[in-house]
Amino acid sequence: MVLQMSGATSTRRAPLLTIYAALVFIFIYLPVVVLILYSFNRDGVGGFPPRHFTLDWYRQLFADTSIWDAVENSLIVAAGSVALALILGLLAALALDRANFPGKALFRRLVLLPLILPGIITGLSLLMFAVFAGAQLSLFTVFLGHGTALISVATTELFAGLQKMDRTQEEASLDLGATPWQTFWCITLPNLKLSLIASGLLIFTLSMDEIAVTFFLIGRDNTLPLEIWGRLRRGITPEINAVSTLIFAVSVGLIVIWYRVRTRGLGAEAQELLERP
Amino acid sequence: MYSRTYKTLVSIPPLLWVGVFLLLPYALMFAHSFWAVHEGVLVHQWNLHNYATLFSKPVYVEVLLRTMRIAASVTLCSLLLGYPLAYYLSFHAGARKELLYQLVIVPLWVSYLVRGYAWKTILGSEGVLNGFLQYLHVTHEPVAFLLYSPFAVVLMLTHIYTPFVFLPIYAALEHIPRPLVEASHDLGAGAAQTFLRVILPLSIPGLLAGATFAFVLSLGDFLAPLLVGGASGTMIANVVQSLFGAALDWPLGAAISVCILLVIISLLFLTERLEKRWSFK
Repeated sequence: MVLQMSGATSTRRAPLLTIYAALVFIFIYLPVVVLILYSFNRDGVGGFPPRHFTLDWYRQLFADTSIWDAVENSLIVAAGSVALALILGLLAALALDRANFPGKALFRRLVLLPLILPGIITGLSLLMFAVFAGAQLSLFTVFLGHGTALISVATTELFAGLQKMDRTQEEASLDLGATPWQTFWCITLPNLKLSLIASGLLIFTLSMDEIAVTFFLIGRDNTLPLEIWGRLRRGITPEINAVSTLIFAVSVGLIVIWYRVRTRGLGAEAQELLERP
Repeated sequence: MYSRTYKTLVSIPPLLWVGVFLLLPYALMFAHSFWAVHEGVLVHQWNLHNYATLFSKPVYVEVLLRTMRIAASVTLCSLLLGYPLAYYLSFHAGARKELLYQLVIVPLWVSYLVRGYAWKTILGSEGVLNGFLQYLHVTHEPVAFLLYSPFAVVLMLTHIYTPFVFLPIYAALEHIPRPLVEASHDLGAGAAQTFLRVILPLSIPGLLAGATFAFVLSLGDFLAPLLVGGASGTMIANVVQSLFGAALDWPLGAAISVCILLVIISLLFLTERLEKRWSFK
């Protein structure tokens, strides 16, 4: 499938297109750069150019307990959502890959719906359900909401992993007398390792950042995005730039980890291919 | 190869969970849209009153039309930015391709809220852009129309959805067999002709997927208008949100949500059809 283009066509110059692409990159990165720059600006957000460098906003941020409470809440919700979405997403992917049942097509569409629909629709539906079921809104309802909505991500990723997987290994395992349970633990799961890590990281970041669904399911304790949201309504301070810069740094860190994991995984596969007689 | 028990065990839990925590909530929203509120209390009385209100009051229709306009602008702008970028990466970036691809992905991981907030600090009347313009002596007074306008909403959402539009287009472009492009050149077609007759038609499925995504998610966005939209940038999801909040008329809010949902589902159905028609297999 990988068909190389001949040298003559690939090096064709397109100066206008290159400039345009550079401008699009500037547009994509401008807000991030501005955000980071002004988190070190003594005179606050806005004005040009930023003049006096300071770390005061970070100091203020580290002393701000309600932000750190919110970070803790977000971490708890995200970790729970990863567990819930991975377990149910794995089962759903296995079901879609291997079982036939009435309503399978509908089930597939339904699982993916929260990924495609705007958050407000899923959020409000879950709010109505919580009220209907008589549940008190809290971090627990937020966790249920995130976990359920993000099953979509886990299912897509793990289903793709299953489709790529070599079935003969499982067959061999079952033929050689391993129980289905042993086959699942020793063959299926290890084969899905990369998809599991990838979807786990993605679910974690999406949950940490989720706001539209959380907005309607939140009780008294805030998650980090909602804490920031609450402060934005009161006015803007560089403290928010500081916390945003840290979030950005953590996200980039997670991406780097993910690429390390992925390339190491690919490296192992390549190694195996080379060592094969 | 897999036993009946295996299939049952993997199917039942997700089916039950999705049934209870997704299907039931969506169904409840549908049911709410046919109920009513009397003196602040929900009455389970089936009627079409909410839908009648929705289509008889010009306010709702007006906001809905504005929302469609904003979503269409966002889609168009994201395509105008995302398509050339994908084309550049796929055909002209050479060895830097992989790195540039990662650079487009990175901002996807940066919080939606954080990016919205950044635009707020850029566009505000005390903001960075106004500071910059005054620094250059282009203007002497702050330009106030930038923030709290439909323009700001379109700008912010375009910024958010450009990478999302880029991704499927880039994937589609990467899947175009290069010999087709070469054949076109060899047979005497110029760059423009090759693009219009070979590359563009083959990238239509990716283009449709990206455009649908941007349109659908912009259509239901309520955070961008709250952050940077102001009163003139109010969108339909803000109306829903206030009906569920301060205005406390859940059935009417549910009816609007159902309408948004129907628009989205018919759109998804339509683009799925179109994608199939244009796909190259």
